[in-house]
Amino acid sequence: MYAFEYFRPTTLAEAAQLLASNPEAKLLAGGQTYIPTLKQRLAKPSAVIDLGRIAELRGIHEEAGGLTIGAMTRHAEVASSPLVKRVIPALAALAEGIGDPQVRNRGTLGGSIANNDPAADYPAAVLGLGATVRTSKGRAIAADDFFTGMFETALEPDEIVTAVHFPKPEKAAYAKFPNPASRYAIVGVFVAKTASGVRVAVTGAAPCVFRATAIEQALEQVWSEASIDGVTIDPTNLNSDIHAQADYRAHLVKVMAKRALRAAG
Amino acid sequence: MRISLTVNGKPVSGEVEPRTLLVEFLRNQLGLTGTHVGCDTSQCGCCVVHVDGESVKSCTMLAVQADGCSVTTIEGLAKDGELHPLQRAFNEHHGLQCGFCTPGMIMSAADLLQRNPDPTEHEVREWLEGNLCRCTGYHNIVKAILAAAQSMRAMAKAAE
Ligand SMILES: Cc1cc2nc3c(=O)[nH]c(=O)nc-3n(C[C@H](O)[C@H](O)[C@H](O)COP(=O)(O)OP(=O)(O)OC[C@H]3O[C@@H](n4cnc5c(N)ncnc54)[C@H](O)[C@@H]3O)c2cc1C
Ligand code: FES
Ligand code: FES
Repeated sequence: MYAFEYFRPTTLAEAAQLLASNPEAKLLAGGQTYIPTLKQRLAKPSAVIDLGRIAELRGIHEEAGGLTIGAMTRHAEVASSPLVKRVIPALAALAEGIGDPQVRNRGTLGGSIANNDPAADYPAAVLGLGATVRTSKGRAIAADDFFTGMFETALEPDEIVTAVHFPKPEKAAYAKFPNPASRYAIVGVFVAKTASGVRVAVTGAAPCVFRATAIEQALEQVWSEASIDGVTIDPTNLNSDIHAQADYRAHLVKVMAKRALRAAG
Repeated sequence: MRISLTVNGKPVSGEVEPRTLLVEFLRNQLGLTGTHVGCDTSQCGCCVVHVDGESVKSCTMLAVQADGCSVTTIEGLAKDGELHPLQRAFNEHHGLQCGFCTPGMIMSAADLLQRNPDPTEHEVREWLEGNLCRCTGYHNIVKAILAAAQSMRAMAKAAE
């Protein structure tokens, strides 16, 4: 690891100020992605700003019938929260399936979506539920505008995710075909029936999480597994790697969508 | 940077660089070499310790992040010279061969049993997702954890 300066602010305002005045600095949340990156010398920040002691970034509460979850809330907290299990059980189940218990004890919602790994789980829930990402610059970014490409988001370099607001869906579920070693998604599909229509978000399959509009339209007409059978998923822009070929991923999108539909009821 | 924390019940402090990992601080500065390093990709779980009562990978946390926290390592599990029930069960049920993964396995299992004192075999196997063992094939590790759970439940009952 290269040497860096370390800051541990206790308020969001202080963190935002440190980030703005240190252009080469990086934020540290749960560290479950960033510390391995530092260890492999793939990053050389001048300073690391640890968000771990900022109480206002943590916690889960009910808002407008849905849930607002602080950026520094850990996967294990979401997985075991009675409130999440009651309001959006699909979200608790998704968090329970991330990595392993030790990753879940440290990794955070904000870190996961800011990183936007093509195979990460949370981006599928944020996009599938039509959530809103709130930031230190007072912005409320719709999920449809937030995930812009592979490891790319709409965040500015000195902007911090503060919380995510998830509206309550009528029905929702997530199903993933995990990589057996890491548990990252080879393909993961989040299906939701929401007030503004059916939303289907796919992670793991392409360079960035995306909405499977063909499946959405089919489910909009009839909410059934048979509707998914009639859809064709084009493998052209899907990933091919040592884990799976693009055509296999295209096949898995439908299989996972059906499993999610079955779980959503 | 100067950090102060509690390790295995005793207050300790030390001077560390911000880039020092918690596992490096424990092993190199405190001499607590029971916590192992088996990979550099945060996947093997040999380095699992408890920070404020929760299992974490000490290779994926900076020592400065543990400032002010309470850390328990494998060296802190035995009480008054008596092995922890998990340590005894790993011994009795042949839950180790080379022993390299064992400290992480036991610290991870201890976190499971404090959350769920009566896990099913399936729950134990799921929980061990983050702990790799190159020797045993896991079978006896799972057996040891289930046996330890049983003896810990019996001890808790006897203490009532
Ligand atoms: C063995 C292993 C298995 C894993 N398996 C899975 C899996 O199955 N599914 C899955 O989805 N993930 C998996 N992960 C990743 C894990 O979920 C990470 O916790 C997550 O991707 C990043 O969150 P973090 O809090 O650890 O962020 P960090 O690693 O601390 O940060 C990640 C990035 O986000 C930035 N950042 C962090 N917080 C903010 C914020 N509030 N605002 C703006 N930028 C921010 C940081 O600067 C950094 O660039 C795994 C990780 C490991 C080590
Ligand atoms: S040393 Fe392998 S996970 Fe920590
Ligand atoms: S006993 Fe050798 S790695 Fe587990």
